[in-house]
Amino acid sequence: MRPPKWFGRGLPYLRYDDLPGRLITVEGTDRVGRSSQIRLLREWLEIQGYAVLETGWTRSQLMGETIAEAKEGHSLNRWTFTLLYACDFADRLENQVLPALRAGYIVLADRYIYTAIARGRARGLDEAWLRNAFGFALAPDLVVYLKIDVTTLTRRALETGGMDYWEAGMDINPGLDMYDSFRRYQSRLLKEYDAIAGEFGFNVLDARRSIKAIQDQLRAAVKNCLEGAPAAVPLPGPGDSPPPASPAS
Amino acid sequence: MTVLSLLEDALPAPLADAHPYPGRLVVVEGIDGSGKSTQLQLLAKYLQNLGQKVFLTEWNSSELVKQSTKRGKKTQSLTPTTFSLLHATDFADRLVTKIIPPLKAGMVVLADRYAFTAFARDVARGVDPEWVRRLYSFAVRPDLTFYYRVPIDVSLTRLLVGRAKLKYYEAGMDLGLSTSIEESFRIFQSRVVAEYDRMVTEFGFQVVDATRPIPDQQRETRQVIDRLFAIEKAPVSEEVK
Repeated sequence: MRPPKWFGRGLPYLRYDDLPGRLITVEGTDRVGRSSQIRLLREWLEIQGYAVLETGWTRSQLMGETIAEAKEGHSLNRWTFTLLYACDFADRLENQVLPALRAGYIVLADRYIYTAIARGRARGLDEAWLRNAFGFALAPDLVVYLKIDVTTLTRRALETGGMDYWEAGMDINPGLDMYDSFRRYQSRLLKEYDAIAGEFGFNVLDARRSIKAIQDQLRAAVKNCLEGAPAAVPLPGPGDSPPPASPAS
Repeated sequence: MTVLSLLEDALPAPLADAHPYPGRLVVVEGIDGSGKSTQLQLLAKYLQNLGQKVFLTEWNSSELVKQSTKRGKKTQSLTPTTFSLLHATDFADRLVTKIIPPLKAGMVVLADRYAFTAFARDVARGVDPEWVRRLYSFAVRPDLTFYYRVPIDVSLTRLLVGRAKLKYYEAGMDLGLSTSIEESFRIFQSRVVAEYDRMVTEFGFQVVDATRPIPDQQRETRQVIDRLFAIEKAPVSEEVK
């Protein structure tokens, strides 16, 4: 029996006593190659006979279009910015992820609540509020974090289609041009991700290495997770780590 | 003590502090068919007649999540948590764009439903009472909250006279309480009333007996409003410089 482990208060109206599947999440900023890695990982898992469900940030039926439109309008405040994504996440969690885990699937999540926590912290949101807002989330079995430095990230962004308003954090850097805003915002995000990686025991991989080298490490981490062996880095639940100091904003 | 409870202690009690703005925020609450919107309209007339600048805002009226709410209701795919988060998003949008600016400008904001609607309905759907209260901890505390209290049968009769049938989510049909929509409405709205009743002392509601004639309820409402404007603070117009 694998009872669910929740990030906070969970979903009290659902009674799951057994979730035999595994929840594996891949975190990282934009342009670190999350989707290529997930595609390769999925293929590798399916060849071994595992049933896989993929889910990704903003991909819900309920919120996908709304989030796209809201971003177009540039009219989000820091709470609506967070709550829209929370709602997207809740829709996928309840309508896709939990049913799949109950049926024994391996769920691969492209980004998870840590993205929202990093972005929320960068916008000066109260830590306790943020954690409560996502308290209904299921704690993943494995979090792999693809880490990159801001200079590499900036160059990749310029090479692959340029920067957009939200990726550059233009909403919180009025007066800066897009390039300067991007550098400042992404540096801040990377700092937050690093802090979160420590708090929640992420498995950190260097996103500047080759796709194949990253994939090999990713598969090794997933193999460990599936075999139930202790992961390379211990994975404490949110209840086991000390509360983080709120970053100065 | 767990880390979660430590963190939660760091959060202020929801809606505990008075807002710093020169305007006034007045809220009406109650179940569907309680007649609260009628009372609010009459109250707006009264205040406008006294020379107050009045701004009205309704629950679930922001453009931001309209399409998602419509889609979720149409496909009946909303869960208690997405239902709650959609309304919180709507509220956060209106708070920043519709509620705080008129309060800063010294106006009277009349809100048809407020965070208490979420505390009542979402908890009646099964979400954690603390979770939803903390979700709304960024809200400003109203200067006055009227609760129009009515028995389920009265509200049911009023709703069925006004329109042909009950709506799926207002009857709590998503919870599978009964296959009969009327029976489901009774069970679900009774839970909502129980949550409202619990909040009377928690948030200091002004309870109005909503079974009485409309003019009687309005007289009582206006008496309470008069006290707010005369005693609690100086008249709004003098504070705006």
